[in-house]
Amino acid sequence: MSFRLSYRADPGNPWFSWQYVRDNFDTILAALREHTSLTLRAVLIATLIAVPLAVAAYWFRGLAGPILAVTGVLYTIPSLALFAFLAPYLGIGVATVLTVVVLYALLVIVRNALAGLTQVPAEVREAAEGMGYGRWGRLFRIDLPLALPGILTGLRLATVSTVALVTVGVVVGQGGLGQLIFAGFQNNFYKAQIMTGTLLCVLLALVFDLALAGVGRLLTPWLRRRSAA
Amino acid sequence: MTVAAGPIEAAVVWLNDPLNWTNPGGILDRTGEHLAISAAAVLLGCLVAWPIGLWLGHTGRGGGLVVLVANLTLAVPTLALLTILPLTFLGFGRPPVVVALAVFAIPPLLANAYTGVRAVDPEARDAARGMGFSRWQLLRRVELPLAVPYLAAGFRTAAVQVVATAALASFVNGGGLGQIIRAGFGLDIAAGGGQILAGGLLVAGLAMLVELVLALVERLVTPRPLRNRGRRAGRRAAAAVSGA
Repeated sequence: MSFRLSYRADPGNPWFSWQYVRDNFDTILAALREHTSLTLRAVLIATLIAVPLAVAAYWFRGLAGPILAVTGVLYTIPSLALFAFLAPYLGIGVATVLTVVVLYALLVIVRNALAGLTQVPAEVREAAEGMGYGRWGRLFRIDLPLALPGILTGLRLATVSTVALVTVGVVVGQGGLGQLIFAGFQNNFYKAQIMTGTLLCVLLALVFDLALAGVGRLLTPWLRRRSAA
Repeated sequence: MTVAAGPIEAAVVWLNDPLNWTNPGGILDRTGEHLAISAAAVLLGCLVAWPIGLWLGHTGRGGGLVVLVANLTLAVPTLALLTILPLTFLGFGRPPVVVALAVFAIPPLLANAYTGVRAVDPEARDAARGMGFSRWQLLRRVELPLAVPYLAAGFRTAAVQVVATAALASFVNGGGLGQIIRAGFGLDIAAGGGQILAGGLLVAGLAMLVELVLALVERLVTPRPLRNRGRRAGRRAAAAVSGA
């Protein structure tokens, strides 16, 4: 009840306002663009590092333990602490945010890619060897395609959590939409701005997730055929 | 205080100043706040997630719901919840922070409670039914005890995550060790670098400590015959599905 009363007593601070969106369209768009570009760059860099790492752990089983252990420890480190570790060296800016989100995305992708690779059936691997595939041929034509569902799961998880994590970049002034949310809070708790930033964050995560799910469907037609049969 | 050569030296200097520990708003105060907020959030999460998860697992329905909740909370930035909740009926102060953190504790608690009950051997369930157990007795005396290892694992994941996320409460002046990092960022990076790094070490250290302690607790509450059973049960379930 008190919620309703305060809402009525304070018509100047609605939860959402098209007026606000219209008036601040450029700012919102800039924040959205920054957020999108940070996320895309982070996931791209993380993938380029994570997949080779997963392959290395797959080829040399001795590496799997250490790689998983390091990523596990890294995952317990709170995001703000990671910012705190890197900011004094990388400075206040994009480099710090990017490094932090890349590190977290990296863990998720490595773990899922490795899980995907180890699930390649032994019979398939042996058959490929019998057909004369070398190590690299087998990797690109057998192992990686079969591990694709795992890799894509990792990519999706990493992307969605990266979208959320970028907002913490506020601490170094590069939080994308987080900047909008935080400024709204500091600027007399302006609800419309906080809400706009939040909704765009969730929406962005959803769009990325759906896009990746679509890419996954296109790249793994055999899974669809099997489930249809 | 002299300006030390590098951030690490500055952090050591900062950590070695006893006043930084005992001052109001010092490390001891902030650690207490951090743990109090986290404990309240995990408790709230357990009160909400465990009954629902156990019940859903018992009835065998709602698996999709569990996944949906987990995915949704993954997409919502912590910062958004921390800034939105104080503006609702919860008001400013500690309650909104606790609720925000509890929201992020719920997915691991819920998923593990659900899986824990689902993973109970169907034979044990049938035997209990054959002995004339009612649904409630079945849940309380068979499924719940057998799900304890999963509940403990979920508790550990949730607690570590909450302790880590509680550092972000500092964005809305919610207290906790994150406040030290934020204060450091409030200074110039050259002057505050040591404090930032020290705060980061404290936050990370606390998270690791909680992880270690709860790993021990998890081991202790898991009866010896059930240790490593999760893996075996998983394999058995897979074999049953594939018809092997």
